[in-house]
Amino acid sequence: MRESFTQALLLHAQDPDFVFLTGDVGFMALEPLRDAAKERFINAGIAEQNMVSVAAGLARAGLRPWVYSIAPFVYARAFEQIRNDVCMHDLPVVLVGNGGGYAYGVMGPTHHALEDYGALLGLPNLTAYVPAFAEDVAQAVACMMAAAKPAYLRLGRDERPESFVLPAYAPWRQVVSGLHATVVVVGPLAGGILAAVQALPESRRPSLWILSELPIRQEEIPAEFNADVARSGHLVVVEEHVAQGSAGASLVHALLRAGITLPRRFTHRFACGYPSGHYGSQLYHRQESGLDPASIVRLVTP
Amino acid sequence: MKEILRKARLRLLKMHFESGVGHIGGNLSALDMMLTLHHRVMNSEDDFVLSKGHAAGALYVTLWSLGRLSEEQLATFHKDGTKLGGHPVPQGIPGVSFAVGSLGHGLGLAAGLALGKKLRGRPGRVFCLLSDGEWNEGSTWESLIFLAHHNLREVILLVDLNGLQGFGSTAEVANLGSLTRKLSEFGIEVREVDGHDTDALERALKAPATDRPVALVARTIKGHGVSFMENKMEWHYLPLTAAQYALAVEEATRL
Repeated sequence: MRESFTQALLLHAQDPDFVFLTGDVGFMALEPLRDAAKERFINAGIAEQNMVSVAAGLARAGLRPWVYSIAPFVYARAFEQIRNDVCMHDLPVVLVGNGGGYAYGVMGPTHHALEDYGALLGLPNLTAYVPAFAEDVAQAVACMMAAAKPAYLRLGRDERPESFVLPAYAPWRQVVSGLHATVVVVGPLAGGILAAVQALPESRRPSLWILSELPIRQEEIPAEFNADVARSGHLVVVEEHVAQGSAGASLVHALLRAGITLPRRFTHRFACGYPSGHYGSQLYHRQESGLDPASIVRLVTP
Repeated sequence: MKEILRKARLRLLKMHFESGVGHIGGNLSALDMMLTLHHRVMNSEDDFVLSKGHAAGALYVTLWSLGRLSEEQLATFHKDGTKLGGHPVPQGIPGVSFAVGSLGHGLGLAAGLALGKKLRGRPGRVFCLLSDGEWNEGSTWESLIFLAHHNLREVILLVDLNGLQGFGSTAEVANLGSLTRKLSEFGIEVREVDGHDTDALERALKAPATDRPVALVARTIKGHGVSFMENKMEWHYLPLTAAQYALAVEEATRL
């Protein structure tokens, strides 16, 4: 997904307002962008707090800064700078966190991002974008450019099944129309689950939806989704994020506020941290939290 | 200039007395610098970033002295429904670019603003006023490294060296020794100056540009101009009683 991100930004690199800051990461990925953006590509060093304040200052001068690092170094280290300098002033700074969820795997929990959008969505004016596939990134980037608001882009690993024809990027997309549970998956986690669902006979498939933008705005929830939940009577939300501040919690909140009759059954699969105290690949951690495709298939098929 | 200073000091005392708000000590230490800067040094292309947000009162009074804030606006200071909070608020007053108050943000904001102007080919300097206590903040040093590395000479630092911070003197809390020496080591040209000598401040601010970013390290007195407040840490917090206010006005009028 990182390569698609670099390609998407290359389209904007000649724009005189474009400016990119990295916290000293991006080796073997960002070089084309560095070469194209020239003096508007800044390695701000290993100093994320300053990097975010500088980005806010650049935005105040009329530029469109992108701030890039490994996810927790962006959203956690510099949280107060994001809160005060960017979000309070509603400045068009995009924070880019590479490695959403457990993506950094056995590199360890310091590099994981399990509470990123939950932490950030409490701040004013910010939208979090969680594209599911590499192909989504360019469109998500275009959305952020057009919005000119504070934004957080969570990048992960693309696991799109090869044969799958992807519908155009949107905050909500239905990718499988099934006969059983209504499953909502946030971001790249959807790829593996989609492949597993496609492998099922049609008679056993759940409905599968992909959610890529947060917070959940009540008016953006498709009527088809509400109808699907009413049909299935079982809503399942799956996300590589802790339960606090999660998409699952905010979806139920939105449905309740909209006065929509809740389904008989609600299942939430979320990141449970490190229950065994042992560490491994992204898949290892997904399995520990019941987020892996096999666990989800077991949960939602009759 | 003397008359501007006298009027502003009296207005600042009145504002803090009427609202019952503290922070007067650190406002009085920074006021002369802010007034000199705005009246004698800055032009329309320049920006000012207040990093020590608790000196909001001094900034409001400075803007009032320039006719950019009205008496009516100033009268709302610290009251319900105001845009003049105890620390500058976002989308508050035209010309106050940033909500500040948490220390260690201003220098990075100033660096970004200066870099942005430079990248867009716009002229103008960015003056950033910092406290001495906020050099406890790691982010301030991050920003210093950044602006020295990028040689952002458009940023001019003014450090209000009043020697007192929240719960002790700067020497007691986290002694940095000589800030001048440390800033110089980081590649900054330091000009030491008496922060209450407006002529000296003006000279230091207008001295010819060098090839490095410049910092004024200004020795100041917390509570400057009011004898019972001078160099007293408690005036970081205390509101004025009526008797204290009367005495302060008398002293500030004479100054």
